[in-house]
Amino acid sequence: MSKIIQSSIARKVVMALSGIFLVLFLALHFTINFTSVVSPDTFNELSHFMGYNFIVQFIMQPILIAGVVIHFVMGFVLEIQNNRARGVKYVQYKGSANAPWVSRNMIISGAVILAFLGLHFYDFWIHEMAYKYIEANPEDPTRYYAETVEKFAPFWRTLLYVLSFGLLSLHLWHGFASSFQTMGVNNKYTPSIVNFTKIYAVAIPLGFAFIAIYHHFNPIIH
Amino acid sequence: MKIYLKIWRQKDASSKGKMVDYTVEGIEGDMSFLEMLDILNEELISQGEEPIEFDHDCREGICGTCSLQINGRPHGPDTRITACQLHMRSFKDGDTITIEPFRAKAFPVVKDLIIDRSAFDRIQQAGGYISVNTSGNTVDANAIPIEKDKADHSFNAATCIGCGACVAACKNASAMLFTSAKVSQFALLPQGRVEAADRVLNMVRQMDIEGFGNCTNTGACEVECPKGISLENIARMNREYLSASIKG
Repeated sequence: MSKIIQSSIARKVVMALSGIFLVLFLALHFTINFTSVVSPDTFNELSHFMGYNFIVQFIMQPILIAGVVIHFVMGFVLEIQNNRARGVKYVQYKGSANAPWVSRNMIISGAVILAFLGLHFYDFWIHEMAYKYIEANPEDPTRYYAETVEKFAPFWRTLLYVLSFGLLSLHLWHGFASSFQTMGVNNKYTPSIVNFTKIYAVAIPLGFAFIAIYHHFNPIIH
Repeated sequence: MKIYLKIWRQKDASSKGKMVDYTVEGIEGDMSFLEMLDILNEELISQGEEPIEFDHDCREGICGTCSLQINGRPHGPDTRITACQLHMRSFKDGDTITIEPFRAKAFPVVKDLIIDRSAFDRIQQAGGYISVNTSGNTVDANAIPIEKDKADHSFNAATCIGCGACVAACKNASAMLFTSAKVSQFALLPQGRVEAADRVLNMVRQMDIEGFGNCTNTGACEVECPKGISLENIARMNREYLSASIKG
């Protein structure tokens, strides 16, 4: 680990690989979430499978958590080192003249996403862990849809989710294609990678935002 | 033209610097930026004041010595030129121009606008060369056929003049574009392949030792580079580094 911390390129590769992994996870997460809009029964089935399958729970989930932790910790380590690399700041620095805002402020969009993850874990993950392992409730494959829709009843939570998805979009806009550059991919396929990044960075967060807004305006009537 | 200037003044490396206001008159659009500073310095000297120290040598965009951050950008508002190639026609009468040295922990200020860029020299010394026996049996480099495409890319990388604008522009003060250009110019040629693995490992290690920041692929370096060094070189250096690290 100390060797990884010592090399600037290795640190960047760790960021890129963990980032690509999280991008792939986002696609899976979105696919499952979207079923809550089109088929509540399918959403319940998939959620129950993800919640009780041994491989998902005890192999994939720890890998995902490790990926999230590594990406954020390394991100903050890089930010601290980068700040130190310019001890005396410029009196006038025109960053917008040569690089877009999103690429210069990944730490801001990343920090907002981290704060959002705190809320998201509190809303769903901690609740799920308590339901299964602390309260030891019996399996109920039909509860997930209702629990999810109920979460989006408060306007403030829906708004926070939508705003966070906006920052996620900005983070992906630079981060996804940047990962390929870090991994040494800069060739005839790069324009296609950049275009795919832009589509992905808009479509996935927009889709997540749509799901949150849809459930806010379509509560379950008891 | 009458130009208002805000210039960084710093007595020596250990002193604390500050921005000082000056006004210079009679500036023509055809004058170079450095000639404008020359006129200001002549006025300062005639008034018995200490002239402003700034680096310059060739004054034709070759030596890479003129390291000035002008209005928040390395080498000023125009692209693909160095500060010495910048002309006053890029400004208008009454403009206020801010001039600072390139800022990076690895580029300490020596005096006023002069910085110490020997960190770049040490990166070069770590591997930016090929080991050739020059005892009389040296093979003519042109005796080895090289693909046109590779030769062109190598030449483009070799046009880096080591001015440090990439570091100055980067929000992280990263030297990846410079180092990658120096790695690439050899990595693309058969003569450079022999020591390619050691070269990239040693040069990146030295780059890190010097205290430059980490590249975050903003692309600012490519935009501000007076020689148009491409980000392709950084990707190539990353490939070279990963390959060399894996092979051990």
